[in-house]
Amino acid sequence: MELYKLTITQAHQGLLKKEFSAVELTKAFLNRIKKTDKEISAFLTITEDLAVSQAKKVDNLISTSGKISVLAGIPIAVKDNILIKGIKTTCASKILENYIAPYDATVIKKLNELGAVIIGKTNLDEFAMGASTEHSGFFPTKNPYDLTRVPGGSSGGSAAAVAKNLCCCALGSDTGGSIRQPASFCGVIGLKPTYGTVSRYGLVAFASSLDQIGPITKTAEDAKILFEAISGKDPKDSTSVELAETRSLSTDRERVSDRAPSLKIGVPKEYFIKGIDPGVKKIIKGAVEKIEKLGAKIKEISLPHTKYALSAYYLIATSEASANLARYDGIRYGLSKSENKDLLDVYLQSKTKGFGDEVKRRIMLGTYSLSAGYYQAFYLKAQKVRTLIRKDFEKAFQKIDVIFAPVSPTPAFKIGEKIDDPLLMYLSDIFTVSANLVGLPALSVPAGFAGDLPVGLQIIGRPFEENKILEVGKIYAP
Amino acid sequence: MIKKEEVQHIAKLSRIKLSQQELKRFQGDLSSILDYFNSLKEVDVSEIEPTFHPAEYFFGKSLGKMRKDKAESQPSEVVNKLIEAAPDKKKRHISVKAIF
Repeated sequence: MELYKLTITQAHQGLLKKEFSAVELTKAFLNRIKKTDKEISAFLTITEDLAVSQAKKVDNLISTSGKISVLAGIPIAVKDNILIKGIKTTCASKILENYIAPYDATVIKKLNELGAVIIGKTNLDEFAMGASTEHSGFFPTKNPYDLTRVPGGSSGGSAAAVAKNLCCCALGSDTGGSIRQPASFCGVIGLKPTYGTVSRYGLVAFASSLDQIGPITKTAEDAKILFEAISGKDPKDSTSVELAETRSLSTDRERVSDRAPSLKIGVPKEYFIKGIDPGVKKIIKGAVEKIEKLGAKIKEISLPHTKYALSAYYLIATSEASANLARYDGIRYGLSKSENKDLLDVYLQSKTKGFGDEVKRRIMLGTYSLSAGYYQAFYLKAQKVRTLIRKDFEKAFQKIDVIFAPVSPTPAFKIGEKIDDPLLMYLSDIFTVSANLVGLPALSVPAGFAGDLPVGLQIIGRPFEENKILEVGKIYAP
Repeated sequence: MIKKEEVQHIAKLSRIKLSQQELKRFQGDLSSILDYFNSLKEVDVSEIEPTFHPAEYFFGKSLGKMRKDKAESQPSEVVNKLIEAAPDKKKRHISVKAIF
């Protein structure tokens, strides 16, 4: 049996039935990483010792009590902007190249308590700023479906690792599409939860009003398992939400194929603009037809401020980033450089040598839009446009249950294709940023292939209706 | 087109040093991105309140219950690790260069 091909649910069954041990399962993935990760470069760190010792604990538990949680012994990869105590957390940045996390992120604490096995840290665009993983400070990750193409980003390492069966499932983070777009490019499932459902404690901050941690998996059922494991109110993140509140708003546990006739699907006309790849358009149309055949009602909707979402997003995200990244000052942790004398020199040398071009560009953009004379015209204006975008969605959701849209205008693009044109790279995020601005849950599910390249369908739900969008996702990836 | 002096000024505020070549490149990059952002000018927001945070509308105006702004003691293991992480230190103090 090829253990590395198993989903969470299948691996759990195998462990319960003692078809294999947790150590065997973990080693199957570790061996596969050693043999094949050199083809795609998904991992920055392999946590072999940690993984094997955790797997041994799970095996002991199975032999003594026979009872384990559904995630016990399951090998998980973690994006390298999430802190694991005693393990390097680099954010794929030279400025944190040797940084060892002093504590666990809340999501890691939760996974540890459930007995999950963390097998390594995955590559990303530096500080999660990018759409291709080419902006990693160390090396780019390649798309398992075509090694000349990007895996998407910023959680490109996590998505590529799941697609290549280097882990059973993975954690990513999504600030403007960083879980959904790589999931689409790599043919796996990616969920960006409602803002506040997953604690951000121990996630290295990029844009605090937009960042969320979420699962990247092989099936919608697995995404649900991992999402439920990491969600919940955390006293260490004041913007996180009570679990009870989350659940009571979405008790939809029926099989969606049975109740598809009662579903109303909104298809926003602004998401099928000029410039969208014909292959992508065809696949999304096909996905709409599939659910229509099951009896769902399809309604064309309008989200009229969509064309302003990308500008609003980049103004807000870079502004928040410029404040968040001020902490890398060469004083308390991380890279520290100075040629001489004064404190200013430490700041200048450390940041200049430690940050890559994209991070510098975004810090400068944010600094600009927050600076005197531009705050009103840029930052504040963007936050007002954000209100208009939110109202578009509120109005639409009065008449429909979920929204169907593309994740990205194109399938995976070539390595090097957009790297020298930052604006072109930003345009890759055009369909994903709105969900972050508004805080809505959104899912990417594999819906078909354009040539040899996978294409994801984006399903956007009302706040806290993760269960509903996951149930709808099961129609496409059980 | 954003002026070179402006790029230089933003870089200084951001505590980033730019070579002449970088200055030129960033001037081009920032100009095309800011041009794109300018599309927001056509939106009328005269009666619209800003949404600074998704939580504002999920839970009303405040970010739920904020904790009191008081220090909580941490396990000494964590504190020691935080001090250890500092590049330049004297015993349990982090050294910082003179401001001037």
